[in-house]
Amino acid sequence: MLDWGWLTSHVGAFADRTVQHVYLAAIGLLVGFLIAFALALWAVRRRRAYPPIAGLAGVVYTIPSLVLFAALVPITGISLLTAEVPLVLYTQVIFIRNIVAGFDAVPADVVEAAAGMGYTPNQRLWRVELPLAVPLIVAGLRVASVSTIGLVTITGTLGDRFGGLGFFIFEGYSRSFSTEILAGAVLSIALALAVDFLLVRAQRWLTPWTRPPAPADRLAAVETGA
Amino acid sequence: MDLVSATVRWFTDPADWAGTSGIPNRLLEHVAVCAITLGIAVLIALPVGLWIGHTERGSRLAVGLANLGRAVPTLAVMGIVAPFTTLIDPSLGFIVFPVVIAMVLLGIPPILVNAYTGIHEVDRELVEAARGMGFRERQILLRVEVPLALPVLIGGIRSASVQILATATLGAIFGFGGLGRFLVDGIAQQDVGQTWGGVVLVAGLVLLSETVFAVAQRRLISRGLRAQAAAAPAAS
Repeated sequence: MLDWGWLTSHVGAFADRTVQHVYLAAIGLLVGFLIAFALALWAVRRRRAYPPIAGLAGVVYTIPSLVLFAALVPITGISLLTAEVPLVLYTQVIFIRNIVAGFDAVPADVVEAAAGMGYTPNQRLWRVELPLAVPLIVAGLRVASVSTIGLVTITGTLGDRFGGLGFFIFEGYSRSFSTEILAGAVLSIALALAVDFLLVRAQRWLTPWTRPPAPADRLAAVETGA
Repeated sequence: MDLVSATVRWFTDPADWAGTSGIPNRLLEHVAVCAITLGIAVLIALPVGLWIGHTERGSRLAVGLANLGRAVPTLAVMGIVAPFTTLIDPSLGFIVFPVVIAMVLLGIPPILVNAYTGIHEVDRELVEAARGMGFRERQILLRVEVPLALPVLIGGIRSASVQILATATLGAIFGFGGLGRFLVDGIAQQDVGQTWGGVVLVAGLVLLSETVFAVAQRRLISRGLRAQAAAAPAAS
């Protein structure tokens, strides 16, 4: 069923598309994280801001991905911006929840002890609370990475210049070529799993005093997007 | 605005309302396939989730599998299923089966996880009390646990519904009909009106699904619990 000859002759193309996939996902994750971190800090300091922020991010998450990409095409054209804006928006609910949960998980007596030792609120944030919040933040990063890597495949609707490994799914379908579809699908899942594995290792290395916890929304099961 | 007028023009053109590729037929395809798929997903996931929640047997495995299912990229699932379904039926396979199978697979996790957590979180003392009163296991599940967990159970079906509606649009990438056609064809043909027409239709459908299930979640809280919730509104 598989065309092995085609597979072996396209190793270079797989590598190029993997690089593109990582590049597209990384931009979305980085920008998404920075925005979510600012929003989460705001929500941690002003508790009243949390429900509307989390609520809005949750609503955005229910918008089907193809709809969001399609909606942007007439506005921002076939461009990197059209590919990245949805990726960034979909990370928000995951990041914000996990970052806020991370800060919430910092024991109050540790914060007080830091205050007692003369840390300013700023020092306390960066040198005490943030390191202790890292496990949950990384847990959020894992979920967001897997989700974003999946969504990058859908950017293939924007044409050959996008899609990462998803490109093979689109091209394979238009050529009715199963091997190519399977290659694109299996490789994008493998990429998601590989990145997840690396993040678990990174977290062990960053916070050697913990075991990786479950993401904050592991059992909550409220929203889901595709 | 150009975008708005193009969308309005698309919606008001009678040609867009006629035939197999017209709005009514695409809407019907979308809703019909999603409703059937949601039904299948509920039939599979709800009993399993309820059983696991009640017996606590195999809970880790089920939740683990469900989480895995949630993490897998939608398009990749269709991509993996597509070649195998062509083996079953070369003419139909590429179009209907991968989409439906992917939709069922992606609809199961939220229903299963919510059914499990909903039942699992029911106060064990109530269950013990029911058992003490001579309720049989099936009665405990159906008359104590399910009514208490109902809003959570519906919540699972609610997110599955949105997930399935979204996945059905992605089916258009594989030649499937439904509202996703307007999105995929609109982008490919650089047809602003058609693209945004599709956006409006799918968004409307998602909103409708969310509203219906949100209302159901609120209405289906058992009367005793509603009185309790009114007395102590601080929770949740």
